[in-house]
Amino acid sequence: MTKIVVLVKEVPDAAVQKQVDSSTGRLDRSGEKTLNPFDTHAIEAALQLKESGALDVDEVVAVTVGPSSAVKALHKAVSLGADRSIHLTDDALVGSDVVGTGYALAELIKRESPDLVLAGQQSDDGQSYAVGAAVAEYLGWPGLTQVIKLDVDGQTLTCERQAEYGYDTVKVTLPAVISVGDAINEPRYPSLKAIMGAKKKPLESLSLGDAEIDASKVGEAGRKAVWTGSQEPPAKAAGELIEDEDTAETVEKIVAWLDDRKLI
Amino acid sequence: MSTVSGTAPFHLDDDQREIAAMARQFADDRIAPGAVEWDEEKHLPVDVLREAAELGLGAIYCDEEFGGSGMTRLDSALIFEALGTGCPTIAAYTSIHNMATWMIDTFGDDEQRAKWIPGLASMETLGAYCLTEAGAGSDAAGLATTARLDGDHYVLNGAKQFISGAGVAGVYVIMARTGDKGPKGITAFVVEDGTEGLSFGKQEHKMGWRAQPTASVNLDDCRVPVANRLGEEGGGFRIAMAGLDGGRLNIAACSMGGAQSALEKTIQYVGEREQFGQPIGRFQSIQFSIADMATELEMARTFLWRAASALDAKDPDKTRLCAMAKRTVTDITIEVADKALQLHGGYGYLSEYGLEKIVRDLRAHQIIEGTNEVMRVIVARDIMGRV
Repeated sequence: MTKIVVLVKEVPDAAVQKQVDSSTGRLDRSGEKTLNPFDTHAIEAALQLKESGALDVDEVVAVTVGPSSAVKALHKAVSLGADRSIHLTDDALVGSDVVGTGYALAELIKRESPDLVLAGQQSDDGQSYAVGAAVAEYLGWPGLTQVIKLDVDGQTLTCERQAEYGYDTVKVTLPAVISVGDAINEPRYPSLKAIMGAKKKPLESLSLGDAEIDASKVGEAGRKAVWTGSQEPPAKAAGELIEDEDTAETVEKIVAWLDDRKLI
Repeated sequence: MSTVSGTAPFHLDDDQREIAAMARQFADDRIAPGAVEWDEEKHLPVDVLREAAELGLGAIYCDEEFGGSGMTRLDSALIFEALGTGCPTIAAYTSIHNMATWMIDTFGDDEQRAKWIPGLASMETLGAYCLTEAGAGSDAAGLATTARLDGDHYVLNGAKQFISGAGVAGVYVIMARTGDKGPKGITAFVVEDGTEGLSFGKQEHKMGWRAQPTASVNLDDCRVPVANRLGEEGGGFRIAMAGLDGGRLNIAACSMGGAQSALEKTIQYVGEREQFGQPIGRFQSIQFSIADMATELEMARTFLWRAASALDAKDPDKTRLCAMAKRTVTDITIEVADKALQLHGGYGYLSEYGLEKIVRDLRAHQIIEGTNEVMRVIVARDIMGRV
């Protein structure tokens, strides 16, 4: 029997304009929130492993670290098909950096001792791309990021990951932490019944004390990343418009443009 | 998201917002991209309907016992608005299917429900509702289709007009006369496709609503088992009337979706379209138009929710409120859609932008489920009595 833990996060809705609060250096997370879209791909990957029988999965558990409102993200996760969820919430967690969050998640994962941890490759707000790797480091498990294909053979996973140029094919042995890209699958829609039933699935709410997590390693107390300032990204140069009057000529122009920049 | 959370008493709870968000996502991904093509090709995308049904959208407000989703009418209004943003016609057909399914679920006995609801809920079987005739529309009490008892069958004769889903549906809920002239002589029947004597007229050519088939349903000595009678003999009028309140809300909600989508397209368009050296959205006349469109839609939506809540609460005023909502929402939404077309200029008139299709589709909504004039008759009778 196999247990999969899926790491999930509550993030501001894509339609909300995101801003950094310059007094704290933290993202202003007020406004409409939702389950991180990348995490829905991790949930879908877990469900596909379960439903296809590729792994003999008996349980998919969604785990989050976040404020009380993050319960909604867990409801969404179980409406998509996770069996139950765990919510670590504590005022002392406020201001945790990636390493602190990774530590707290790793401690939660140890309590569950799963065979596989899946995560979205990035959050739609912090965009660090690094939490999965931090979790793997704390667990001492192999960690793979930006995975867009997963094949299972016994305890071995063959993963295709998006690299800067092309793809890497990597084999890992379970247990492992895999963060997935959005190209890995098409997440399903939650059915009306699943939405209505989400609140009935078990949800365990834990404080740092409950989970025996060292408060000095998380939150403001444990953070090593310090925000010093922000600035606008440099403005992009205006693009070049090529009017398509004669297609053969247009193609030539485009090829010449690309050639100039050694892109082809 | 088109549906805001609101504040009490105009409040949606978390589940309702998730439901609306799910339906909207489905409409964005699965319906909107095909809408213009389905309209042009007069194609009902049954595969997409069945996908929607897997999510519970085939029997939204039916009891859960035989496969329904057990949602409220307010939930349904949120869902049909969301589906309507993808295509008002597909949303409207889904709503008609839901109404026919609800009639069987609500007025059928357990044997009938067990027989038909699972297939309808999954949309493996599509439903159709047959009330209107050449000489009887909103004046349902005057309908002329007959059903004569003959042993363990009824023999149905007559013709039903403007039937959505005619020819593709597997189950037809048909109102026919078993007794005297007047409302008490009407009985409801479930007639399955393939029954001898059941046939369909040619597909009608229509201004809009082209993605769903519309034809006459002809009954020519059509023998229907007594076991297919829905409710008691003479109970059909009550069933027909019970279906109408919700049917009107559904159509209004589908209109909301069409107009909401037209507004969203327009906001994007006026931000991109440049004239006189700037996006036309910077002109105050355009801004005021957008502000008015959004305000009118919010008014319509608020009233739709009020009427839906009244139907959920079995408020004694529900029929009047549903008629008011149908009239006002379908009038406002076509105006907003027409304004959206205008703001798109020449592009609004081209098929590929989808605006003219929304206008054509929403035009039907001022007519079906009782014309908006009939809605005024209902409202006037309710508040003035039969003077």
